[in-house]
Amino acid sequence: MRIIASLKIASRALRRNKMRSLLTMLGVIIGVGAVIGAVSLTSGATKQVEDQVSNLGENVITVFSGNFTTGGMRGGWGSAPTLTLEDTAAIRLLPHVVAISPEVRDRAQVLANGLNWNTQVLGESPDYPQIRNWDIASGSMFSDQDVRTLAKAAVIGKTVADQLFPNENPVGLTIRIRNLPFQIVGVLAAKGFNLFGQDQDDVVIVPYSSHMHRITTRTFVNSIQVQAENDKVISLVQQEITDLLLARHRSKEQDFTVRSQLELMQTVTATSRAMGFLLAGVAAVSLVVGGIGIMNIMLVSVTERTREIGIRMAVGARAADILVQFLIEAVTLSAIGGAIGIAGGVGFSRLVAYLKDMPTVTPVIWIVIAVVSSAVIGIISGFYPAWKASKLDPIDALRYE
Amino acid sequence: MAGVSRAVVDLILKYFVQTNPVIKLDAIQKTYHTGEVDVHAVRGITLNIFPGEFVAIMGSSGSGKSTLMNMIGALDRPTGGHYWLDGIDVSTLDRDALADVRNEKIGFVFQGFNLLSRTSALENVEMPMQYNRQRIHSHEQRTRAQQSLELVGLGPRADHHPNQLSGGQQQRVAIARALVNKPSLLLADEPTGNLDSQTSIEIMGVFQKLNDQGITIIMVTHELDVARFTKRMVILRDGKILTDEAVQNRSVADKELQRLRQEQQAVKLAS
Repeated sequence: MRIIASLKIASRALRRNKMRSLLTMLGVIIGVGAVIGAVSLTSGATKQVEDQVSNLGENVITVFSGNFTTGGMRGGWGSAPTLTLEDTAAIRLLPHVVAISPEVRDRAQVLANGLNWNTQVLGESPDYPQIRNWDIASGSMFSDQDVRTLAKAAVIGKTVADQLFPNENPVGLTIRIRNLPFQIVGVLAAKGFNLFGQDQDDVVIVPYSSHMHRITTRTFVNSIQVQAENDKVISLVQQEITDLLLARHRSKEQDFTVRSQLELMQTVTATSRAMGFLLAGVAAVSLVVGGIGIMNIMLVSVTERTREIGIRMAVGARAADILVQFLIEAVTLSAIGGAIGIAGGVGFSRLVAYLKDMPTVTPVIWIVIAVVSSAVIGIISGFYPAWKASKLDPIDALRYE
Repeated sequence: MAGVSRAVVDLILKYFVQTNPVIKLDAIQKTYHTGEVDVHAVRGITLNIFPGEFVAIMGSSGSGKSTLMNMIGALDRPTGGHYWLDGIDVSTLDRDALADVRNEKIGFVFQGFNLLSRTSALENVEMPMQYNRQRIHSHEQRTRAQQSLELVGLGPRADHHPNQLSGGQQQRVAIARALVNKPSLLLADEPTGNLDSQTSIEIMGVFQKLNDQGITIIMVTHELDVARFTKRMVILRDGKILTDEAVQNRSVADKELQRLRQEQQAVKLAS
């Protein structure tokens, strides 16, 4: 018995009862459609968050100095004077480290043009834009030479530029930080708000050496930004940094923290994975319900068509032929239902994306899962009725009224 | 090449067929075990039917003719004795092999026509070929089904559905379906039971014509009028053969039809 012939018989049988076939498929349609729609929406949301995370920079590891406590007052991460420029130099020599920037943070009132603005002043190395995946909109980054000579050079963020130089290009102009004149060598491209709602463009960046000697008088850095070669070595580099600093600081207690973007990413993906499990659960339940519907209708169909089964057996259909015929019918039902469900789910998510201006992504893997599971449901739910049909005695089936 | 070998096969078949029965029943028995009582439906029937025969199996209800029919049709296996169909010992075959025997060796015609509704006559006739173990190309299926329908005089109605056809026409479709796999035997179970007398004679005419072309036919009936169109009458009673004799004064469908028309004419004139 050829598959094409079976498909023909199946499609005829399904067309004979259009309404019934449609209602039977509805279980699978709704199940698959809901899953695809929900997956598309959550994947879109996840992708949005992931984009924001990668916006922080690629393969970035941050070393914070520890918590500093004086008289019961705890200063929080980055307050302990434990990380030094020597630590930075040592980390730079580790394998798989491609860029590094010691970070010194301070808030200061900056003046220019007769205007003033309170902003964050960061001391960084020239690697900083590369680490943060941040473009220079005009001008350039200060150089290693500037770091060595404690140059009074600054790169400013878009917000600062807008606030202090509303109508002109600030490159080449002077900005006063703590009354010291710094020459603006570059303006950073707009980066927008970060994951935590901070305006990343509200910043002035100067060489860390200048920051440590001219603006503040510090001997330690708040944190160290490290860029690893690729995402596969992040954990390795993290471990190496930890080992290195523990040895250097000769302390039993870890007086620093090493965090990577990977961890943030993992938190995000853990959330989406939990969502995925939830969806898979919903999918399983709705598909099982759809499958029961198909099994029910197939059982009715076998009873209704007992005589037809008898005729087919009388003219030479083997039990296997009958089994395959009914199985194909059940699979056709669930496969068509699955296809309509996928189309509906994708359509629904596109509609939401259009109306609510939300990004939606339909992962191919979920479409594959939907197709496979609806086919499997068809086979499972069709098997019992088909087996029942194939076991009919031709004589009884022929006499069935 | 195919033509030559076919000719050789035909020649061998001709020789083979002349000396061997299509059906050879040897002390065949069927006992149903229902509850405490054993029902002996068929109690030892020995019967040979040769190629080209047209046999009526008769008997009242309970005579065992339906049971015998099911066994001859390879729908059921005897509980005792042996049954050779075309040289194959059918009594030893399993379910699948029986299905293949039904497909290749036997064409069934039923009282209730048993056509698939909402399926065209042509597709009904094609159906047995779908189950043929030697795959038949769909184009050839179409051609053979059409030829088979033309053989029973329904060529122009190939695309009609059963509900668009009269009872007689439906039975012709069933006959076309039975013939399409070129079986050794045409098995008809009360083929005129649902038809009026004129249509019954027409259907018997179709059978006679097919039999004249060499097709072996076995027909189960309880109507003597219908049985008189055959060549040999086997009468059963209580699961055994009561009489087995050639039909004397055999009815010929063409003549019977003519007579019937004259009678109708006479009735019309009289009234």
